[in-house]
Amino acid sequence: MLEVSGITRIFGGVTALDDISFTIGQGSITGVIGPNGAGKTTLFNIITGIYSRTSGRVSLEGRDISGLPPERLARLGMVRTFQNIELFGNMSVLENVMVGLHTKGSCGLLACSLRMPWSIAEERRLRKAAGKWLEFTGISDLADDTAGNLSFGKGRLLEIARALAVEPRIILMDEPAAGLNSRETLGLAHLMEDIRQMGVTVVLVEHDMELVMDVCDRIVVLNLGRKLAEGTPREIQENTEVIAAYLGEE
Amino acid sequence: MKREMLKFLLFVVLILVAPLAFKGGYLLNVLVFVGINTMLAVALNLLLGYAGQISLGHAGFFGIGAYLSGILTATCGWNPWFAMPFAACMVGILAALIGFPILKLKGHYLAMATLGLGIIIYIVFNETVDLTGGPSGLSGIPNLAAGPLVFNSDIRNYYLVWTFALAVVLFAVNLADSRVGRALRAVHDSEVAARVMGVNVRLLKVQVFALSAVISSLAGSLYAHTMTFVSPASFGFNFSVELLTMVVIGGLGSVYGSFLGAALLTLLPELLRGAQDYDIVIYGGLLLVMVMFMPGGLVRGIPHLFRKIAGIGEGAGNA
Repeated sequence: MLEVSGITRIFGGVTALDDISFTIGQGSITGVIGPNGAGKTTLFNIITGIYSRTSGRVSLEGRDISGLPPERLARLGMVRTFQNIELFGNMSVLENVMVGLHTKGSCGLLACSLRMPWSIAEERRLRKAAGKWLEFTGISDLADDTAGNLSFGKGRLLEIARALAVEPRIILMDEPAAGLNSRETLGLAHLMEDIRQMGVTVVLVEHDMELVMDVCDRIVVLNLGRKLAEGTPREIQENTEVIAAYLGEE
Repeated sequence: MKREMLKFLLFVVLILVAPLAFKGGYLLNVLVFVGINTMLAVALNLLLGYAGQISLGHAGFFGIGAYLSGILTATCGWNPWFAMPFAACMVGILAALIGFPILKLKGHYLAMATLGLGIIIYIVFNETVDLTGGPSGLSGIPNLAAGPLVFNSDIRNYYLVWTFALAVVLFAVNLADSRVGRALRAVHDSEVAARVMGVNVRLLKVQVFALSAVISSLAGSLYAHTMTFVSPASFGFNFSVELLTMVVIGGLGSVYGSFLGAALLTLLPELLRGAQDYDIVIYGGLLLVMVMFMPGGLVRGIPHLFRKIAGIGEGAGNA
């Protein structure tokens, strides 16, 4: 599904990522963990086309996607969420999801401004589809609220609804549980399971170990820009190197 | 949606009856300028208020529209109805070509780049004397005409200009609440998230920049054909700043706000004429007060003010 091979990123004299390789299977939930500064978010930013890589290759379903910008990746079925929630704060909750449906519409500037019959029909279709995703994430009642006024937890759900509206084949979530209370985190775990049920592959960077061990099929551990270990949650929990990296070695 | 249409129809009625209040007066001529400035302010608002991209060079696009229309008709003898769309196309192409490199810039850098663009255009108007007449201007531009009806009086120009201005307002209102309009507003709030959602931000910025320039050019053509004379002084840096002020005072991201801003900044100097030398002081003071107390612009500030007054009235009644 997603294959990362030999990804290296050097910022000035600092090697943020050093020859990272792993493969993610179709329909799996994979966690990327590691201590602070391990390079998790940098890796996400490179995979999703926000940063450029120094060397290495990323491929999605056999197709080389390294270096493609995020707007191209969206059309190829890859979408992500952000650690600090990047909502369109001045727009309504429903409108946020409708932006997620951008690639599902085709009306251009003129058709929209002149309110052509087909643009009105398209608008209706997008509005309906957006409602469906709000329902899926359980925030339908907030549809007309301004996104900037949402609580952190609801904002996170909206961000996921908006990402799902792109109808991705793979979704990358950067610390989805950060800032959530335990009940919201539990809801998130269920939501991830639902997303997988739809056939969407999930990758997450996460600090909440309980969540990671609970929902992930496989885990990739990064430390100081290198891949330290890879395996099932059980294997990772028993890996002495991983324990040393987290607890500090003697 | 229906509410938007109703709002627009009310606005149309307001515009249609407005001349009755100023019957034959000199202010009618000022209302023609309100129409032209509304087009310009709405155009800039599409860029600044919707997409969040600044331009300090819009007077330049306005000027090119005016000069191209003027030169093609007065010097080359074209029909004004052909000159106008031709000028708009040329300006659109120019804006797209310039927009591609400079819209990569953000914030202050984009402001500087567009500022430079505006100044270069202004210099060209002044220096290409053979073509534009230089600082002394270009005269003898014909009025627009529809058959035997020549748009050569204030009242005729009023309805001519406002037909275009209302079309632009409707165009912009429609755009706001559509797939492309949402993408523009998304770019304003979070460019990176918009890209992740599949919005081609770079192309979209260029599109809206070109659209904004095309509308400005049309306003310029109308200006040239109603005034029958153009000179570089109308298209300088000061006017770009004035347009920006209209958009901000009126309310960023609001089409009707742009109208309010344009109306206020066009009418105010005329109304303050009685104050003679102090007019500029009062003008500056008023703008300052408005920015301080209505940061959301007139379009959000005025309803807020009314609610406040109503609230005070109720409070007094209870006491």
